[in-house]
Amino acid sequence: MNSLKRVIIFGATSAIAEQTARQLVAQGASLYCVGRNNNKLSALIDDLKVRARDQQHIEGCVADLTDTSRHAQLIEAAHQMLGGIDGVLIAHGTLPNQQACQADTELTRQEIETNALSVINLLTLLANHMEKQQSGVIAVISSVAGDRGRQSNYVYGAAKGMVTLFLQGLRNRLAKANVDVVTIKPGFVDTPMTAEFNKKGPLWAKPEQIAKGIVNAMQKGKGEVYLPWFWWGIMLIIKHIPENIFKRMSL
Amino acid sequence: MNVPRSWNRLPNVAADKVHALTERLFSLPESLPKPLLAHGNGRSYGDVCLTEQGTLLLTRGLDRFISFDPQHGVLRCEAGVTLAEILALVVPQGWFLPCTPGTRLATVGGAVANDVHGKNHHAVGSFGHHVRALELWRSDGSVIECRPEDDKVWFSATVGGLGLTGLIRWVELKLMPIQNPWMWVESQRFTNLDEFWVLNRQAETHWPYTVAWIDCLAKGKDRGRGILLSAQHASAQAELPTFKEGRKRILINPPFSLVNNLSLRAFNALYYRQPVKPQGALTHYVPYFYPLDAIQDWNRIYGQRGFYQYQCVIPPREAEAAIAALLDTIAKRGEGSFLAVLKTFGSTPSLGMLSFARPGTTLALDFPNRGDKTLRLLEELDAIVREAGGTLYPGKDARMPASLFQSGFPQWEAFSEYVDPGFSSRFWQRVTL
Repeated sequence: MNSLKRVIIFGATSAIAEQTARQLVAQGASLYCVGRNNNKLSALIDDLKVRARDQQHIEGCVADLTDTSRHAQLIEAAHQMLGGIDGVLIAHGTLPNQQACQADTELTRQEIETNALSVINLLTLLANHMEKQQSGVIAVISSVAGDRGRQSNYVYGAAKGMVTLFLQGLRNRLAKANVDVVTIKPGFVDTPMTAEFNKKGPLWAKPEQIAKGIVNAMQKGKGEVYLPWFWWGIMLIIKHIPENIFKRMSL
Repeated sequence: MNVPRSWNRLPNVAADKVHALTERLFSLPESLPKPLLAHGNGRSYGDVCLTEQGTLLLTRGLDRFISFDPQHGVLRCEAGVTLAEILALVVPQGWFLPCTPGTRLATVGGAVANDVHGKNHHAVGSFGHHVRALELWRSDGSVIECRPEDDKVWFSATVGGLGLTGLIRWVELKLMPIQNPWMWVESQRFTNLDEFWVLNRQAETHWPYTVAWIDCLAKGKDRGRGILLSAQHASAQAELPTFKEGRKRILINPPFSLVNNLSLRAFNALYYRQPVKPQGALTHYVPYFYPLDAIQDWNRIYGQRGFYQYQCVIPPREAEAAIAALLDTIAKRGEGSFLAVLKTFGSTPSLGMLSFARPGTTLALDFPNRGDKTLRLLEELDAIVREAGGTLYPGKDARMPASLFQSGFPQWEAFSEYVDPGFSSRFWQRVTL
């Protein structure tokens, strides 16, 4: 079991990360939270401080994670504040407008920057840090969309797919250093990111449910985790549809 | 997105748009149709939390704590935090809500907007009496911090203001210290209404929490028989029992009401005869204050047609006669609910222009919706209430006539100066015709 008493959360103001932060604090964690929006980050930190006990410390830093020049300094500051890193959650990201991306190469490039390249930059630095530490767990929110490219969101899917693949390699490397690498693959989650969708139906999960799964996966040092669990079955089927049939579908 | 409803699922109206807020420093898209109205957790009844056109602003995303002073029991939190979430935070640290309604699933914004009251009104007043400050957002983008001392007018417009003065973004409460999460509860049976008045008067002088369950179908000499529950927070105890929260859920949506003359008569007969505990017993605060919260979706037992909640207040001088008349009318019809509650309010004036709680006696019960028959019964009850100079509780109302609202809330016209031009509710439109 991984101890999760000192955790960094990148993209802390996202709905899933906020719920994860609350659950970690309830379990006694100190947190270093990074978010892009000052108002949201302050509100988050104030809330977590109310929930925390005296021995727990909650701090944060405003940063846009597409500015990769800041990554090293953020990790260093977090380490200083926490006194060591038990766990990291990378939760920042955007949901690209697929149609808009199709018409705009610059937009496509930015989305891949945000959802894949900035994540990989963080992971490169964190991996070296945790490898030296010889302990800890790194968790990243990828997506079921990264399991197979489909017409409705393949820019997003490609970015998440890149992250998933990168994490497989990282998991392999860091296993020897006693560091766990967790790939979180949520299905449909009811958050501000998915505000445009019509959210009826049993497939839609709440951020609190996903958060519970993330904390559990981090504690147990799991590998690739579908949340909620039934997405494993759905994606198993989706992944195995032969390509010349899939290409004719409208998923 | 599911269409937000009120708790009794009546009236069945839907706003044009539903917009979920996720942070208190929000900005709204230009395109949202007016009028606006905040909607918390939908535990009020009727249409104080509904609009027929316009946009419902869902506030459950404003669920963050802002600050807590555990030495002095002062808590500031966003308006979408539920009373349950507050209690989960503060009870383990020795604090309690000085005033709580019968459900902890209401949001704190909703509690302020309805100026809710509890079983201890005679001791501590209503929810608004324990609010130190609140922040109000107006549709023109302005933000007003309201305190009872400095800014009396906005405060007294917003407390009990049914969400009409704007959207409450945060609330600051003064909590009450407790020794442990347990209550000391004594129960006594009374054989009719006359006995209730005597017992109740005695109980109020000794107990901070008093409330009576009444058999609403009992007739003749048994009219108004019931059980009086008196309680106080338990003092520090050497040993405390353990408590495990039970949760049941009503999973089905019956096509008809399970509450009908037969089931009610049977239930009331049994319930009245349950062993009472005049010597007292320890009860955990959760089942004492929130017995129905344990049954998730209990509103379903009334079936698809929903139900009406009827809660009135009768001024002290008329109370005995009017309550007797109300019970006679209800018993004659054979309609009513398992949970019929009778309580006397204290004399501290409420702080809101539209606050419901005032000196007198309040009777609250549900009626399964049987269409016109039910509406006629409620009109008969209205006549008794009106005659006695009483009124009905907006937070529970789906159908009171405008005249009864206006006579019961004489400050309503002064209040309307403070209604945000961009806000309205179906309730407000209905009662200000």
